Amino acid sequence: MKKLSVLSTLVAAISLLFTQAAFAACGEIVLGSAISLTGKYATNGIHAKNGYEYAIQKIKDKGGVMVDGKCYNFKVIYYDDESKGDRGATLAERLISQDKVQFMLGPYSSGMTKAIAPVTEKYQIPMVEAEGASRSLFNKGYKYLFAVLSTSEQYLASAVALAAEMAEKNGKSPSSVKVAVAVENDPFSLDVRAGVLDDSKSFNMNVVIDEQLPRDLSDMSAILTKVKLLKPDLLIVSGHSKGAATAVRQIDEQNIKVPMIALTHCEAADVTGKFGAAANDILCSTQWAETLSYKDPIFGSAAEYETDFKKAFPEYKDKKVPYQTAQASAAVYVFKDAFERAGNLDKEKVRDAIAATDLMTFYGGVKFADAGNNIAKPMVLRQIQNGEYNVVAPSAFASHKLNWPRN
Amino acid sequence: MDQILGNIGLLFEFPVVNLKIVLDGIMVGALFALAAYGLALVWGVMNVKNLAQGDFVISGGYVSWWLVQHGFPPLLGVPVAFVVMWGIGWVIYKLVISRVIERDLFTSLLATFGLAIMMAQILNLLFGSDTQSVDLGYDVLYFFDGFIDVPIAKLIGVLMASALAAGVIIFMKSSRMGQAIRATAQDARAARVMGIDTEKVYAFTFSLNSAICGAAGAIIVMVWLVQPFYGISYSIRAFVIVTAAGLGNLPGVIAAGLGIGALEQYGAHIFGIGYQQAIAVMLLLLVLLVRLIQQRRNRQVLK
Repeated sequence: MKKLSVLSTLVAAISLLFTQAAFAACGEIVLGSAISLTGKYATNGIHAKNGYEYAIQKIKDKGGVMVDGKCYNFKVIYYDDESKGDRGATLAERLISQDKVQFMLGPYSSGMTKAIAPVTEKYQIPMVEAEGASRSLFNKGYKYLFAVLSTSEQYLASAVALAAEMAEKNGKSPSSVKVAVAVENDPFSLDVRAGVLDDSKSFNMNVVIDEQLPRDLSDMSAILTKVKLLKPDLLIVSGHSKGAATAVRQIDEQNIKVPMIALTHCEAADVTGKFGAAANDILCSTQWAETLSYKDPIFGSAAEYETDFKKAFPEYKDKKVPYQTAQASAAVYVFKDAFERAGNLDKEKVRDAIAATDLMTFYGGVKFADAGNNIAKPMVLRQIQNGEYNVVAPSAFASHKLNWPRN
Repeated sequence: MDQILGNIGLLFEFPVVNLKIVLDGIMVGALFALAAYGLALVWGVMNVKNLAQGDFVISGGYVSWWLVQHGFPPLLGVPVAFVVMWGIGWVIYKLVISRVIERDLFTSLLATFGLAIMMAQILNLLFGSDTQSVDLGYDVLYFFDGFIDVPIAKLIGVLMASALAAGVIIFMKSSRMGQAIRATAQDARAARVMGIDTEKVYAFTFSLNSAICGAAGAIIVMVWLVQPFYGISYSIRAFVIVTAAGLGNLPGVIAAGLGIGALEQYGAHIFGIGYQQAIAVMLLLLVLLVRLIQQRRNRQVLK
């Protein structure tokens, strides 16, 4: 009996050796990433890292990256930037000059990306990032920075398009739509506001309210009273979780009837849990949702990504896979696609290939503008319908129909 | 500018809006008045200007919120927050405040400023930085075609605030401890000579202040929301109100509280909600200026 088990171990060992050898035939492409594993961004930094790792394993399982007939696998050197910008920049220097990394994956958050981008730009190292949405990243003329996610001014701009669509459906011109905007006075929310105002202008809509919320907002009844008087068709509120919570509560209290209300940070404020039915039919923006009907040959559909990811990372079993993870995986996929099209490991050739990306992924389309931001993926709008977040826009990929008008 | 003119126009076009603004303002103001009254008490009795006033309010809110998370009825939060914050106030008095009473103005300001930072950070560590609120689930009453909305929860909150204020007034007027507090406020040394244990009075006063703030916070969490770093906005308003009304003038504090509530709402309507707090600070400046001019006329000999 003992002999048999020894024999079987031997066989197993030999077969392992052979498979190892088969894999060893694949080369290695080293990517670098300084990412927040500790500090205030740690939660989301780890989400992003898990997204990178999952994608690397998945690509390996599907035969690796084929560059000019030879197979490669990705390997990432991670450093912890401690959620500090100066640390991030130092680590990026170290990755490039000491570890000789030729390609970078992004850190977590706009701020960290802003700190690292000048370094990758200086050394002309292509960086595909998945977690920095601020539009200030894309007006600096960076040539080596590419982002797969939608920029922050797009967060609620799709609500404007949706309002225009509904107006047309009801036989009115989009220019008849009246828009009310209330955003906090911080860089992210001001980006959101700029996007909404730009899009309202392009539809010739009338912006009847345009106000800024204070940082310690707990009462916005003054704005909502004006909403009641001026009767806008679209109300936009962006003020992190306090903005979402205050808006949902007081819209219900003051019985505000606006056909369409769109917010950011609904999930963070847990508006469904806290206010129940009061949150119904409110639109919330997100980068990605697992119910979208996007798909690709590596990860399958968005829903398959969700289930397979949970198998690989059981700690996500009881929650939804965050979009931060999905977009990190999409960034790795962009690299794979670019290497294969470049047919070369030269960083300049790869950079040009990334710039020419036109890829459909489980996360959405990826196509970069000259500035490096992704212009193929719209923001997703989910509507709270009976306490559930259901995707209603973009309509081509939506799982549910929009309830309009609200109430 | 156009927007400001438009907003003023709205006030005349829809006169009922004025009523709504005043009502909203009074409801907020009632809670500001509570916090301000506690501040006036501590200021008047022991000459400590408590910069952590707003953080006591927020802590009370979190006590109530925590109770609701653990299945207790939300209205119970107000008395429980009163009691819990009484205890916390007493501990803080013994640890910090008792050591700075006799010191100069800056020591007490610095100590309570440090306290405010500590309390906000502790709340942040305990409960996280997300905003929290308690939904009572009561109906909303509507008047004037739905223009005026009075959530029953807000009404209950204001009633509780008035009941608390009335209770404190009666207590200060008629109880032995109330008399001792007033005596100490008038002249601590004379009070000591008369056999009043001023140390006890100080501890009691500070605990009472903390408890009043706690109850106010428990009401705020039912009607608006709390966040660990919101304390400062209540502190500022409390200071404005006390500066405007003066110490030891309870009707004045209440009137100033309601007035500031209403003025802020008007400011928010006309200039935009982003300027709501700026209005409070502007009022503080204005009050100080007026006081300065008044005192100039009323020349006194330096002692």
